[in-house]
Amino acid sequence: MSKRFIQIVFKIVIAVQLISIVPAYAKPGKSRQTYAIAYLTQEQAPPPILSNVEPFIKNKGEFGAELAISDNNTTGEFTGQHFSLKKFIVPPDGDIIDVFNKDIAGKFQYIVVNAPAEHLNQLADLPASKQALLFDVATRDNVLRNEQCRSNVLHLLPDRAMRADALAQYMLKKRWIKWFLVIGATAEDRLFADAIKRSAKRFGIEIVQEKTWEHTFDARRTVQSDVAVFSQVDDYDVLIVADEQGEFGEYLDYRTWLPRPVIGTQGLKAVAWHRTHEQWGAIQIQNRFKEQAGRWMEEQDYGAYLAIRAIGEAATRTQSIDIQAVKPYMLSDQFALQGYKGTPLSFRTWDGQLRQPVLLAAPMSLVAVAPIEGFLHPKTELDTLGTDQPESQCKQDK
Amino acid sequence: MKKNGLRLLALLTLTGTLHAETVFVTLEKDNALAVVDPITGTLSKTVPVGQRPRGIAISPDNKFLYIATSDDNTIKIFDAVSLQEIGKLPSGDDPETFALNPAGDRLYVSNEDDSMVTVIDITKKKAVKQIKVGVEPEGISVSPDNQWIVSASETTNMLHWIAAKSNAIEENTLVDPRPRALSFTADSQQLWVTSEMAGTLMIVDVKSKQIIKNIKFTVPGVTDDKIQPVGVVIDKNRQRGYVALGPANRVAVVNAQSFEVEKVLLVGQRVWNLAFSPDQKRLYTTNGTSNDISIIDLDSQQVTKSIGVGTYPWGVAVKP
Repeated sequence: MSKRFIQIVFKIVIAVQLISIVPAYAKPGKSRQTYAIAYLTQEQAPPPILSNVEPFIKNKGEFGAELAISDNNTTGEFTGQHFSLKKFIVPPDGDIIDVFNKDIAGKFQYIVVNAPAEHLNQLADLPASKQALLFDVATRDNVLRNEQCRSNVLHLLPDRAMRADALAQYMLKKRWIKWFLVIGATAEDRLFADAIKRSAKRFGIEIVQEKTWEHTFDARRTVQSDVAVFSQVDDYDVLIVADEQGEFGEYLDYRTWLPRPVIGTQGLKAVAWHRTHEQWGAIQIQNRFKEQAGRWMEEQDYGAYLAIRAIGEAATRTQSIDIQAVKPYMLSDQFALQGYKGTPLSFRTWDGQLRQPVLLAAPMSLVAVAPIEGFLHPKTELDTLGTDQPESQCKQDK
Repeated sequence: MKKNGLRLLALLTLTGTLHAETVFVTLEKDNALAVVDPITGTLSKTVPVGQRPRGIAISPDNKFLYIATSDDNTIKIFDAVSLQEIGKLPSGDDPETFALNPAGDRLYVSNEDDSMVTVIDITKKKAVKQIKVGVEPEGISVSPDNQWIVSASETTNMLHWIAAKSNAIEENTLVDPRPRALSFTADSQQLWVTSEMAGTLMIVDVKSKQIIKNIKFTVPGVTDDKIQPVGVVIDKNRQRGYVALGPANRVAVVNAQSFEVEKVLLVGQRVWNLAFSPDQKRLYTTNGTSNDISIIDLDSQQVTKSIGVGTYPWGVAVKP
């Protein structure tokens, strides 16, 4: 017997042993498939803070991705599938495009992207992204789902249009139909205000007042006096604030000239996920997440969780590793993702946006879940939120 | 006249003994057990049992009640007559649903947060095995012939078939999203499984472990996302099965031969779990958000009564 032959036998023995690590209950004969998933994020510099109550969290998204990988792999034990997660964390001053080209391009087909809006399409348009599927777990820009949409990008978090529609439906239900819109100074604030205006038009509501909050550093002015003066406008039912960074919005509630509720980016907020959400099994994932992360689940965590669970769900059902089989399934009618919101989630075929209920949450209680009862749609009431197919500006080559 | 009166009295006594059953309902938010006399339609009493009681079962000899007190992280044993607590079982964390084997000496618990099924020897009050299953196991059921324990995992969307002999998983069946509850037919040939997300009832053939029929529920005037099937029971003769439709506030009556949905009956809000009366002439439903139970007369297929019991009625068990 030659030495070489012995080596071969030895290798086969090792191979057999490796295979036998697959749990005995996985169906025999099924080969083990591995799904390599990349998680790409850029750390953000801490923004100026208004309050020390909420600590700055620099790793939003990561624990969500990890929890989903572990859930996928628990399922994978029974289906003979394995999911691996490789994290690429770019420092605040790093170049995310460089990292993508160097470490991800050509090596990963499933890429979870937790990056600011300006980088998303830069990444999606890179040559290596053509054969990949990007899961956007951070942006909320309407334009990325419309004029600037990309066929290789799926969006996990609701855009501003969906959030504004969710708030509008609730305000209509409460008959708060005279809106006072207060807009901050940033570009994002104006985008949120635009979404509110779009919803107002959509639901036939008039914005009775619109004002921009100016930041001044005049020592004679205090918040207490400033907000009262600022909010002396014609009568309105509800104040809608557009302050995505949280630079002044928290100052408005209880300080307005007239006693009126505050809603929008502060006060009652429209979110994909919230720590007060417990229904439909949500308490289970809240507990599992907190045990692992030692903090509450944030929106990006929920987005990353759903992205990787979507890959897992499509893998289980298609039994395929090929993106050419997985992607059409994800965008089909059969795809139903469980997202702890009482109704199956799915992707809108026209813009890659995840169809989902939007939570309306106050800091310590969940107030409502949109779509609000009574807002009807011929296909699914979830499509009463955001850009519906006929109004979509997304023209992508499928 | 006197004779008639006596006859009436005799009749009443007779009916009284015939239906001397007691309905036990766990009240998730009251930390209590409601004791209901279904014949007079009254709440007899409410007994404190522990933190967040959910799953409930009665031993085959009707002597003991088992109640999962989730926030106490235990399953408690109560004397079914005196309702005194007489013991605790090591269920693992946050027990919710569990199942007894037909002999009544083994109890199988779903540990949702740990993706485990714990097997408990009731006599020894010991956990004898933990079996790794899919993510968020919920519904669990033992076949009447004691061959199989089936655990449904809500996030993995699978049924895990655990052989009673070996306490090991032998097969897995992929099902519709978020399977909730499951129930075997009395002949152990079929397993009925509900899917909360898809709004379906799946009939699984026990021999092949395959879904042989998938029934999608629709209710006129109720949107599909409100139809979230949960509890399911099938009568002894396999004539009809009954499915609680959750926030659709209805119970569906399914012909167990043709699998046609014969009727939907309006009960209380967010109808959750179901139990037959011992003679299978009535069905009791727990209605989570309307804080009551409904009684369905199965001969006439009509809801005859609803009885307020307390906050968030969850599980139900019946003692003859």
